Amino acid sequence: MKGPLSTTAILLAGMYVFLKFILPLFTAPLPASLIYLYLVLTLSATMIFFTMSGSSLDSFMGPIGRFLAGTDVGGTAKTARLLVLIVFPLLVGWQTYTRLAPSDLPPAENRTIHPAPPGEFVGLSNPYPTNEQNIQEGKGIYAANCSPCHGPNFDGKGTAAPGFNPPPANFADPGTIAQLQESYLFWRIKKGGVGLPIEGMPWKSAMPRWEHELSDEKIWKVIIGEYDGAGQSPRTWEEEE
Amino acid sequence: MTYQISKNPMTTIPAGRLLCLPSLLKWGAFLALFLFPAFALAQDGATAAQAVGYRDIPGLGSRNIIWVIAQQHLLLAGFVLGVPLFAWVCEIVGWRTKEARYDKLAKEFTKLLTSAYATTALFGGILLFLLIAFYPKLMAYLTDVFFPSFLVYSMLFLLETATLYLYWYGWDAMQGNKKGFHIFLGLMLNVFAFFIMVIPNAWATFQASPVVIAEGTALERAWAATWNPTWWPVNIHRFIANIVLGGFICGAYAGVRYLLAVSREEREHYDWMGYVGNFIGVFGMLPLPFAGYWLMREIYQYNQQMGITLMGGFLAWLFILQAMLIGVLFLGANYYFWLGISHRIPGSEQSYKKPILAMLVVLMVCLGVWMTPHSLVASLEEARKMGGTHHPLLGVFGVMSAKMTVSNLMILVTFMSFIMYWRAGKQETAGWAKVAKAIMGAMLVIAGVAVIVLGVWGYFVPAIVRINYFSVAQVLIVLFIMVTFTPLTGLLMKSAKTTTEMVWGQMPIRAGYSLVLNAVMVILLMSLMGYARSSSRVHWHIYGVMRDTSEYAYSPALGYAAAFMSLNTFVFCLLVAFIFWVASMGDKGKGQPKPEAEAKVPVGDMTPAMAGGSPSSSYSQKG
Repeated sequence: MKGPLSTTAILLAGMYVFLKFILPLFTAPLPASLIYLYLVLTLSATMIFFTMSGSSLDSFMGPIGRFLAGTDVGGTAKTARLLVLIVFPLLVGWQTYTRLAPSDLPPAENRTIHPAPPGEFVGLSNPYPTNEQNIQEGKGIYAANCSPCHGPNFDGKGTAAPGFNPPPANFADPGTIAQLQESYLFWRIKKGGVGLPIEGMPWKSAMPRWEHELSDEKIWKVIIGEYDGAGQSPRTWEEEE
Repeated sequence: MTYQISKNPMTTIPAGRLLCLPSLLKWGAFLALFLFPAFALAQDGATAAQAVGYRDIPGLGSRNIIWVIAQQHLLLAGFVLGVPLFAWVCEIVGWRTKEARYDKLAKEFTKLLTSAYATTALFGGILLFLLIAFYPKLMAYLTDVFFPSFLVYSMLFLLETATLYLYWYGWDAMQGNKKGFHIFLGLMLNVFAFFIMVIPNAWATFQASPVVIAEGTALERAWAATWNPTWWPVNIHRFIANIVLGGFICGAYAGVRYLLAVSREEREHYDWMGYVGNFIGVFGMLPLPFAGYWLMREIYQYNQQMGITLMGGFLAWLFILQAMLIGVLFLGANYYFWLGISHRIPGSEQSYKKPILAMLVVLMVCLGVWMTPHSLVASLEEARKMGGTHHPLLGVFGVMSAKMTVSNLMILVTFMSFIMYWRAGKQETAGWAKVAKAIMGAMLVIAGVAVIVLGVWGYFVPAIVRINYFSVAQVLIVLFIMVTFTPLTGLLMKSAKTTTEMVWGQMPIRAGYSLVLNAVMVILLMSLMGYARSSSRVHWHIYGVMRDTSEYAYSPALGYAAAFMSLNTFVFCLLVAFIFWVASMGDKGKGQPKPEAEAKVPVGDMTPAMAGGSPSSSYSQKG
């Protein structure tokens, strides 16, 4: 088994096995959309490489052309050709059926986790300084109100977390609160899930509307506590002294 | 009625009779009788016009029409403002090196420019009429703010047009000792073009990041509105993007002409022109992501809401599409370089196979990271298994630190691709060549590692440190490599001996198609970012100042927008094809005698390249 075509087939199969079966041994499984994306990139790479010269292009496209046209194909190859010509349309048909057949599973969704905040929350800054007293006070409020879901380690693994989908945010992840300004957190805590715009799918977030339970002062302080506890810093445009 | 008045035989009345007092009174009475109602009606009409906020064309929709016309105008303008720059540089190179082919190429670029110029102005005029008709209130407000700049803009347009006429029509007349003046005209053409770009940029950026002062003269108000926070980032970004667009479109033109070429001379010329077009496109593309990053940073800093709408909100998916398009562009440009090495330099195919493979792998890995979204498209079951739509491991690829790192690495690889092409088929003879190459190799490795280290480190520092220092450092590292390697390689090549002569006109036809693909990708990319920039204002005509109260005060869905981007790209390609076809008609009509080479080409070689006329293997011609 040598030549551009077989190399491409082996690479694609190897990549699929790695993404689908080997990687999940160490981390969570990848969604089909991502596996598909990486396979397309792999195929593109091989096509670019093997079409670089005339000879490699001939050995890459030649067998496909001959196979489809049926020239110089005999014996086992002829049977394989027949099989492919029968199985391929069936596979396409099966794929179409599975896409269109009624299912009780909801479709893949495109929820915007961090939608844009309303204008009245833009430009607000935390009126309370980040000092030891405010950090401790904030962490106390967090422990009483937030940690059941967001976890005592600020990692989204609270005791109640398994009951929610989508799960509570992991503040220790550098892709969450570290990317946001304090005013953004203030909005999200104060207005909760129901305050999200449509692209944030407000019906999907179980975050309570804390403005009924916590004063603005407490919300600002809990933000200080969260950043400190998660080991992150808020996005700012000025450097701290 | 008005028509009849204008047909009044008043003009036949002798002047003396007209001037006498009774006649004047009579005419005064006549005018009062007939024109007063008209004047009063006009006043009513003016009041009514002021009350009209919007006009629409049912079925088509005013916004859709503006979308198409504005995008066509912007794309044409980008081409028209980008081409003079490198046409002028080509002309200077031809003048200094005394190589006639550069002058010929510069003239060919300018020919494309003159053909596109009138169409650009035409679309500008249509856009203006439509804006006044569809958005009278908005246009009245913008006119009030920017009136002084309208005058400057009109003046610049006159100067640009006059200079272009002189530059184009005087090309052959201003050779020899008048060449210096012609080059001066080229300079002025570019100076006027630059200001023609920056003034409308002020109007557009004012809508996104307005600066409004209540007091002051008209000039002071216009000046304050012009110097808004996103004006210069957009100016720089558009300036570079215009060069990229111009370069790749000229490349595509050359690609098509190459595919249709029937003579060896034509093939050689358009192969070379395609190379130059691709080089210009790549040259502009390398700093473009830096300019884009600066623009986005300014937008985010100007307004958090707008920044998040673009980068994290509902428009964030556009940046995944953007990554894909830029990725294809990088791959297309590199592919063309690699094809050049394999086909223009005989015998070099095997020796460059390994470095090309290494570059391709790096580019693909980088593209994979760039295209990995932060929030993944996942079914409920998949999301449950991942613990949300952020993957615990690959989710780290979704944030800016990863994107900045891979985009810098892709720029570095593309630059090295160009350096490799430059050095292919040559043997350095300088005594210090070995040391220089070793230093360059070490610098490249250190730069690559430094970019990656800064990228990973970026996850563990506050955002402001990453934005202000790490990202800037990554950019500076890559720029440092570019500005040191280019002159160093130039010095090395100056004394190098050519081991294998470069053969033009031998490229396979897929090279021509890749040039066309690059142009299409750039057009799609510009259409995509046009939508993103416009939609980031959400329901505002002028952000925070004038609200959109029309029936179109919502952002179109991404699928709908994607259809319009494709439509705009298609229409623009048709338009460009038509313009270039018209431009090439002039050549056919001249009836010049065919060159000797063409006349003697064997019958098999008279077939256009795309029909397999160029000598190479069968599949390499078809594919």
